[in-house]
Amino acid sequence: MIILAMYIAIFAAAAIVWAIVGAPFVRKDPFTALKTVTFGDESAIRSNRFASVVSVISIFLIWASFTGSTLIPNALHVPGPFQGETSFEYEATAPDGTTDAGTVRALVHPVGAAVETPSLEGLEESGFAKNFTSTIPAYRSATIVAGKLLDDRKTQKITSIDGTPIAPGGAVDIATGQVRMNAKGSLTFEPLQGMQMAEQYLPPPEKVGKRFVSLIFDGYQNVTLFEHLGLSLFRVFVGFFLGCLVGIPLGYAMGLNGWFRGWFDPIVEFMRPVPPLALIPLIIIWLGIWETGKISLLFLAALWIMAISARSGVSGVRISKVHAAYSLGASKWQILKNVIVPNSLPDIFTGARVAMGVCWGTVVAAELVAAQKGAGKMIIEASKFSLTDIVIVGILLIGVVGFGIDILMRKLENYLIPWKGKG
Amino acid sequence: MSGLKIDDISMRFDLPNGSHVQALQNVSLDLKSGELMSVLGPSGCGKTTLLNIVAGFLKQTSGEIILNDKKVTGPGAERGMVFQQGALFEWMSVRKNVSFGPDMKGMPKAKSNEIVEHLLDVVGLQDFKDKAVYELSGGMQQRVALARCLANDPDVILMDEPLGALDALTREKMQGLVLKLWKETGKTIILITHSVEEALLLGERLLVMAPRPGRIHKEYRLPFAEMGVGGDLREVKKHPDYNSTREEILAMIWDMEEEIMGRTDGAAA
Repeated sequence: MIILAMYIAIFAAAAIVWAIVGAPFVRKDPFTALKTVTFGDESAIRSNRFASVVSVISIFLIWASFTGSTLIPNALHVPGPFQGETSFEYEATAPDGTTDAGTVRALVHPVGAAVETPSLEGLEESGFAKNFTSTIPAYRSATIVAGKLLDDRKTQKITSIDGTPIAPGGAVDIATGQVRMNAKGSLTFEPLQGMQMAEQYLPPPEKVGKRFVSLIFDGYQNVTLFEHLGLSLFRVFVGFFLGCLVGIPLGYAMGLNGWFRGWFDPIVEFMRPVPPLALIPLIIIWLGIWETGKISLLFLAALWIMAISARSGVSGVRISKVHAAYSLGASKWQILKNVIVPNSLPDIFTGARVAMGVCWGTVVAAELVAAQKGAGKMIIEASKFSLTDIVIVGILLIGVVGFGIDILMRKLENYLIPWKGKG
Repeated sequence: MSGLKIDDISMRFDLPNGSHVQALQNVSLDLKSGELMSVLGPSGCGKTTLLNIVAGFLKQTSGEIILNDKKVTGPGAERGMVFQQGALFEWMSVRKNVSFGPDMKGMPKAKSNEIVEHLLDVVGLQDFKDKAVYELSGGMQQRVALARCLANDPDVILMDEPLGALDALTREKMQGLVLKLWKETGKTIILITHSVEEALLLGERLLVMAPRPGRIHKEYRLPFAEMGVGGDLREVKKHPDYNSTREEILAMIWDMEEEIMGRTDGAAA
């Protein structure tokens, strides 16, 4: 909630800043700049580069700020968990009405740091209420059973914390945290959590960066990052390639022959809307968790998409082109090769881009379920050990690779079929 | 006999609801080799259907098409076709488009190159031969289409509103080009058009067709095409006969259109 509010605030602030001082930096497109109507004219909208840069930076800032990253100055951090030495006093009452006070000292330390228990020096040990000392890792809390504080926990009761009365089930806020009392009269001290996220939930950017480097060189569970990603990519490419190999000719056949269309239409139309992920259990039952299973799954994911796009590529050919080719003396085979195939390439490429995206999503999901290696396997395995940094590296890289595949396909498309959309 | 004989062609489309459309009824026509005929008529008079039957894309219900003593049974390279637009292969360069016919026949590269170079000269696209066709303007694209058709050296050229999508100025230039090509190549040409002026200029013979059922309404033999070859088309248009014939044909087609409208009004009432 706070993060969302902050994000909106940054968005608005950046927009206002840009509105005030941005004007001189606008790169003017000579024609668009002369347009008076821009609201409603989509072609007059130019993506604001400044906004994109600020957008990415602010996500990093929020990330860094909520994880206490060392990459940014402390002033930008949201309040972190309390760390350091703290103490509170408690008062206890004995059945005969006598009261006594004791002190609890605690050192809240960073997770994993080796620290010594604070000394109780300087504190008087007088009545039945004893002093106590403890260490607590940040983000955790400590329960101090009543027996450790009182001589006789059966009869003596703790009645107040730092002067504020407390009863079983109640809680008292002190400057550095909260003291709660359970039904049996034991105390739980929970130091202030602050607004930062613990590392097991969200590690700071520099930790993720470090992990990224170590994954490249050392890997995780003896498998390097490139092996994981490479294997996932390999599966995608093999599955996609096989899908094209079968799907495109199938689509052509369906576009060119009534029997083929009648035969395969029900199958293709039924299988197309089935999410490939829904096939994972069946694929595992039939083919097991090895490569055959995953590649078959990706093959199926690509197959229907490619068949449908090839079919629509064939149906999309303008009849006058086919007629022209016939009246120029071309045979059926020549028309297939010189007219129908090139004419369907734009559709096939669009299908290929969709299929690649679907395959990439499917392979990660399939690896989450069952795999030895692979990007999905890496993050699911790391999550079991709360290695959130690996999970985040994995997610970022899966995104980058997916994006990269799409860019690559688009470049390839521009290079291979420059006539797209120009018929 | 050399030439194109359209012999008693009828075409009937049966509709799924049991009724039928008589697209053509007993159409007969003889074209001598080298004749230029334009076909005019209100929409629905079956002129495109007739052209598609001659091209072999449609099979007539009765009658025969005979080209140079041979019966037409399907599409063939001896009947070239020029379409309105969008029939070029946009994945090929201008040169590849023009050499499509010769390439399909397996003509040696050197020979087909010679033909292509010559035709590109004729249609004035020498400088654009390596461009992609989608980079050309509409008029240039139709010039490529003409060259592509001629490269195959067909006996008959069938043109289905080849200039219909062009602007008025380009269209006039292209009309001159069609006349020039007709004269230089001596091809038999059938040209379908919606424009009465174009039909007058580009028709040694002008066929006016009538709808429902599609049939030949009237045929003219005109001197304007011959006059226009190598001359100024605008001069031809000033000819008194040109204007009177135009008015006559316009009135005729107008009447047919009115009749259709009247009939639909009657049906609605």
